[in-house]
Parts: sequence; C-alpha cells; structure tokens
Amino acid sequence: MPTASQISTVPVLVDEDKCIADKGCRTCIDVCPLDVLWINEETGKAHMKYDECWYCMPCEADCPTDAVTVTIPYLLR
Amino acid sequence: MTLPDDIPVTDVDVLVIGGGTAGPMAAVTAKEKNPDAKVLLLEKANVKRSGAISMGMDGLNNAVVPGHSTPEDYVKEITIANDGIVLQKGVMAYAERSYEMIQQLDSWGVYFQKDETGEYDMKKVHHLGTYVLPMPEGHNIKKILYRRLRRHRVIVENRYQAIRLLKDKTGTVSGCIALGTRDADVIVIRAKSVILCTGAAGRIGLPASGYLFGTYENPSNCGDGHSMAYHVGAELSGLECYQINPLLKDYNGPACAYVTGPLGGYTANAHGDRFIECDYWSGQMMMEFYNELQGGNGPVFLKLDHLAEETIQEIEHVLHTNERPSRGLFHDGRGTDYRSKMVEMHISEIGFCAGHSASGVWINEKGETTVPGLYGAGDMASIPHSYMLGAFVYGKICGENAVEFARNRELPELDVDFIVAEKERILAPLKRTDGIPPNQFEYKVRRLVNDYLQPPKITKKMDIGWQRIKDMEADISMLYARDAHELLRANEAQHIWDCAQMAACASLYRQESRWGLYHHYVDYPETNNEDWFCHVQLYKDEKGQMACHTRPVEPYVVELDEVEKNAYQQLRVSQAG
Ligand SMILES: Cc1cc2nc3c(=O)[nH]c(=O)nc-3n(C[C@H](O)[C@H](O)[C@H](O)COP(=O)(O)OP(=O)(O)OC[C@H]3O[C@@H](n4cnc5c(N)ncnc54)[C@H](O)[C@@H]3O)c2cc1C
Ligand code: SF4
Ligand code: SF4
Repeated sequence: MPTASQISTVPVLVDEDKCIADKGCRTCIDVCPLDVLWINEETGKAHMKYDECWYCMPCEADCPTDAVTVTIPYLLR
Repeated sequence: MTLPDDIPVTDVDVLVIGGGTAGPMAAVTAKEKNPDAKVLLLEKANVKRSGAISMGMDGLNNAVVPGHSTPEDYVKEITIANDGIVLQKGVMAYAERSYEMIQQLDSWGVYFQKDETGEYDMKKVHHLGTYVLPMPEGHNIKKILYRRLRRHRVIVENRYQAIRLLKDKTGTVSGCIALGTRDADVIVIRAKSVILCTGAAGRIGLPASGYLFGTYENPSNCGDGHSMAYHVGAELSGLECYQINPLLKDYNGPACAYVTGPLGGYTANAHGDRFIECDYWSGQMMMEFYNELQGGNGPVFLKLDHLAEETIQEIEHVLHTNERPSRGLFHDGRGTDYRSKMVEMHISEIGFCAGHSASGVWINEKGETTVPGLYGAGDMASIPHSYMLGAFVYGKICGENAVEFARNRELPELDVDFIVAEKERILAPLKRTDGIPPNQFEYKVRRLVNDYLQPPKITKKMDIGWQRIKDMEADISMLYARDAHELLRANEAQHIWDCAQMAACASLYRQESRWGLYHHYVDYPETNNEDWFCHVQLYKDEKGQMACHTRPVEPYVVELDEVEKNAYQQLRVSQAG
C-alpha cells in the first residue's frame, strides 16, 4: 500500500540559540518518556521529531539552558 | 541448538520489566535481599523520568496510617468499592505494609505533608475512611528512586521495549525478548525469575480530543505487559471492570478532587450543584458522573470559584507544579481562572488499570501470576485501587519473592526456534517498503474500541466491534515502519490490538452489570450475585484462542455487614436526585 506524508504542528519548541546539543548535551532526549525528541541532523540541535507528546514536561524542567518550551498539543488547546 | 550470533543474550537472576514506580522498588528490594544476585531493570523509556510519576505525585491516595484507619477498615472499604469481587488477602497484604512503606520512603527523603505536631496530615476523600496523604513537594520522587538504583548497583537497560516473555519446557518463565527503540536491535535477557511492572494499558481507547497521546495514563504504558502475560499463558482478571476516570475536559489529566476536596472544592453539575456525595473514584461514582453528563444537567465541572484567595493559591501551587505541571498552561490557554470559572470535566477513554480500578494480570498476595517464576506489581497487576503506594508495596513483595525463586533455580534453557521466529516477526514492519503506518492502525483499533466497546455495553455492538478488530489481523502483515521509532510504535500497536480484544472478550463473558459504569451492560442491567459473584479470568486456551473462565472469590478475611455492603451504591446527593 503506497503512503503519503502529512505534516502536523508539534507542541515542543527548542530555542536553537540556547540549545547546547553541539557540546554533547542530550538531556531532553534522554528523559522524554515517549522518545520523541531527537537531534535535528541539519542543525545539530535537539528538536521534536514526532508529534506524540504527553505534555509531561521533564524535557523543559531538566534542560540546563532553559532552551525547551512545552506547549499543549494543538488538538487539545 | 544455539542462538545466532546477532542475538545477544544477557544472563541475570532477576529481570524487572518497567522502571516506573513498582519496578525500581522491586529491583532495589531484590538487591537488598540478596546483594549477590544479578538484577536487571529493563525500561522502555529512561528510569530517570519514566512512568506515571515522571514529574512527581500530588499525594498518596490510599495510605493506611495507624490512628486514622486500620488495615481491616481499608480492606472493607476496597471490598465495598469493588462490589465484593476482590482477593481480600491481596488487599490485606498491601494494607498491612502500607505504613511501613510510607516510613521507608520518608527515610529515603520523600516528603509527606505533616501537621503542627509532626504527624502525617491525613485527609478524608474516600466514602467511609481517611486515607489520603498529600505530598505537595512530591516532585523529587523519581530522583530518590534513581539514587537507590545506583546505590544498590541494579543494572539498568534504558530504551528497550520488552515484547515477549520466554518460558522453558516446564512452563516456567525464563526471560524476555526486547527491542531497542533507537537502533531496532533485538536482544534476549535470560532470567531465573521475572517481575512485570509495565503499568496500565492506557492506549486502548481514544481520548475525546482524538490525539493518540493525550491519554490519562503515560502513553508509554500501552498494555505491553498485559499482552506479554497473555501470550506466555498467564491469566488476566477483571478486564471487564474498565478503568474510566473523571478528568479535565480535553486536557485529560486528573481534575483533581483528591487535592481540592479536602480544601473545599467539589464536582458540580452545570447549575453549580453538588450531585455526588463522595469524589473518590469508583464505578458507582463514574455512573453518577455519566448520568449527569448525559441527563441534561451537564457538563460536569470542578467547582472552586467559591473558595478563598489563599486556598486557590495553595491549589494552584500543587496542581500546576507537581504531577501534571502543564495543567496551568492548559488553563491559561483557555482563560480559565479557578477564581471566576468552574472547570469543565469529562470522562476518560477506557483502559485496564488495577491502580485505579481492578483490571490486570492476576496476582496473589505474594505477587505471583499463574505462570511459575513470573511476578507482577503495580497498575498492570490485579490488586484493586492500589495507586502509587500499592505499586511500591507490591514492588517490594515481588522483589522479595522473585529473588528467592531465582536463588533455587539454575539458568533455564532458551527456546531458540521461538526466539528466532520472534525476531523476524518483531522486525518485519521495518523490512517492508510501504504499507500501513502504525499510527493509522492504532487509531483504527482505538476508534473501534470507542465506537463499540465503551459502556454502555451492548451485546450486538460488542460482537460487531470485536469482529471488526479481529478482521484487522490481516493488516498486521502490512504494518510498515520507516525507522526504529516507528517500529516501536508498530509493536505497541499490536499489543493495543490484543488488549482491545481482551476488553471485548471479558465484557461479553460477564453477563450482568457491576461496578457502576465500568461494566454497565445494557442487556443485563442488574447485578446478579447468584451467578456472577466471582472473578472473570481471561487466558489463551490450548488452541491459542482467547477464552474466559470464572474463579471463585476466596473466603473473606474481613467480613462486611449488610449495611456496609451498599455504602457505595448510595453516592447520589439526595436533593439532586
Ligand atoms: C496522571 C496520574 C496521576 C496520578 N495521581 C496519583 C496520586 O495523586 N496518588 C496516587 O497514589 N496515585 C496516583 N496515580 C497512580 C499511580 O501513579 C500509579 O498507580 C503508579 O505510579 C503505577 O506504578 P507502576 O509501576 O505500575 O507504573 P508506572 O510507574 O507507570 O511504570 C510503568 C513503566 O513501565 C515501562 N514500560 C511499559 N511497557 C514496557 C515495556 N514493554 N518494556 C519496558 N518497559 C516498559 C514504562 O515506560 C514505565 O516506566 C496517578 C496516575 C496518573 C497517570
Ligand atoms: S536539554 Fe536543552 S541544551 Fe540539552 S539538548 Fe535538550 S534542548 Fe539542547
Ligand atoms: S513534554 Fe514529555 S512527552 Fe513531550 S517532549 Fe517533553 S518529555 Fe517528551
């Protein structure tokens, strides 16, 4: 069965200027219970790769540079 | 026959699957009891922040503290709240060790609220007794557990999803096969005993918002443990007694009457009137909630707008910083202020959870499932209304017993053919070049659950729903994953599919109504104690089909009198009638 790709807005934002993933930080990626934060291959910074979020917030709470902002997923807002 | 080289095997004494609440306690206890034992904790996420208490907890919902209640009082309350269908010995084993567990956690640095005299500051929320202990500073609990895991040198393996349990020729459990969620590598853990602590099955139904991950439960708890237990031959119990909770509309988190109740908040109808006597979550309470929603007096609200400013600030502090801290964001987005607006509530999707309800893998008072060597604790096991403290106590009971079981056993033989075939099956979606994406498959199963299996339950509807879900078997051979993450979701989706069928099978089997809304069966509207005062056990029969049988309720250890038995049947406030 052929597939199509659709886009969706994601609830978690990473401020790339503040993110220090290039210095080896992986904290938000490590703690996310749903494993939806990954390194963006293009920028080398953390980003939300899959729109599968429980808005639980460890990513925001544990980021050492306050780079992560969690918002409520659009469908729930 | 030996395993192919590309399937690494780790040998341990005790394997604990799921590192949320019960799991770390089980692993630490096993090491305390036998420091020489090799104990491995396998976690799908990362034990630092996994499970229901990833950000902390607002309080203990079921603390049995001397001076406030006795284990006997507690066993009575839980028996009544569950319409009598309980393994009382199992509830008693929890109740007798509840206080000792609070003291243990306290000594580890978990902070519980105390009054001016230094005593635990207990609150009444249940219908009869006093069991709620607030922990407004509950956010450090995962850190404390993590420190204990390190100190006791528990081996932790994060980001592996256990997918199938293994057993040896005698039918004794012998480990598990697991999938790496980042690299799609398949590994085997061989173990002398296994403790399942995989949490609730929280992704069976679809939240009203339609967002797959907007569930009440942490969505990493999708029923993997229920499915694994089923396939290895264990019995599950009370699955027809669904978990359904009263929650904030759309946000789908607790409202949360346990926090606000003792401070004067309550559940109200559209007129601002109280309609239930008691906000403690039970099937009977949910039935009244549902009737109010459907009956023209809805929607239902959490009412706080009559409270004093200091009280509201206290509530905001707890509810917006602890267990589900995004709650404040949600309210801000809609301009909801507790001071001026009641907060709209709704009912959750269905799930299996012993933590809040009574559905799960059958265990006895020693934490043993019906498969030798396999133990279960927390939300996935069958001890009703066990909540967080129950997960800790049964984690401890299982840790003690599983490490003893392992002490007396040699490393089991592995079933190589089974493992090789499983590896193939697990990885199949990744090998395809197109097909059905896991999110669509999952959405469809869960949508069918909502359409056909949610109460009110109706035979004809459940028959259709179950058939439609069964028909999706053909789709499994078309599941398609583009990367390791999607492969994780594809494997989860198959467990969700199993759980959906279990919900249908168990619900159709119990031909009566019981537990208020949880098993509100329209074709059999009355509770029938004559024929159905028993547990319903679900299992895989000799032909590999899903089947049920009854299990008698064991003689009570605490007797109830007739008046007490009906206490939870009278929850509606009389004037709201
Ligand atoms: C929003 C919310 C609020 C709550 N509030 C309260 C409260 O105020 N007071 C109270 O007493 N109780 C409360 N509870 C209930 C309490 O939190 C739970 O009963 C308890 O934490 C359950 O513990 P557990 O170990 O069974 O599950 P969890 O702590 O959820 O742990 C399950 C773990 O298993 C892992 N896992 C799942 N599948 C696999 C797999 N295949 N392989 C490996 N790992 C896997 C998960 O990632 C997770 O870490 C609340 C629950 C929720 C969801
Ligand atoms: S925790 Fe913060 S700094 Fe570290 S990778 Fe994530 S966003 Fe970047
Ligand atoms: S809010 Fe929770 S689920 Fe969402 S990205 Fe952050 S840690 Fe992951």
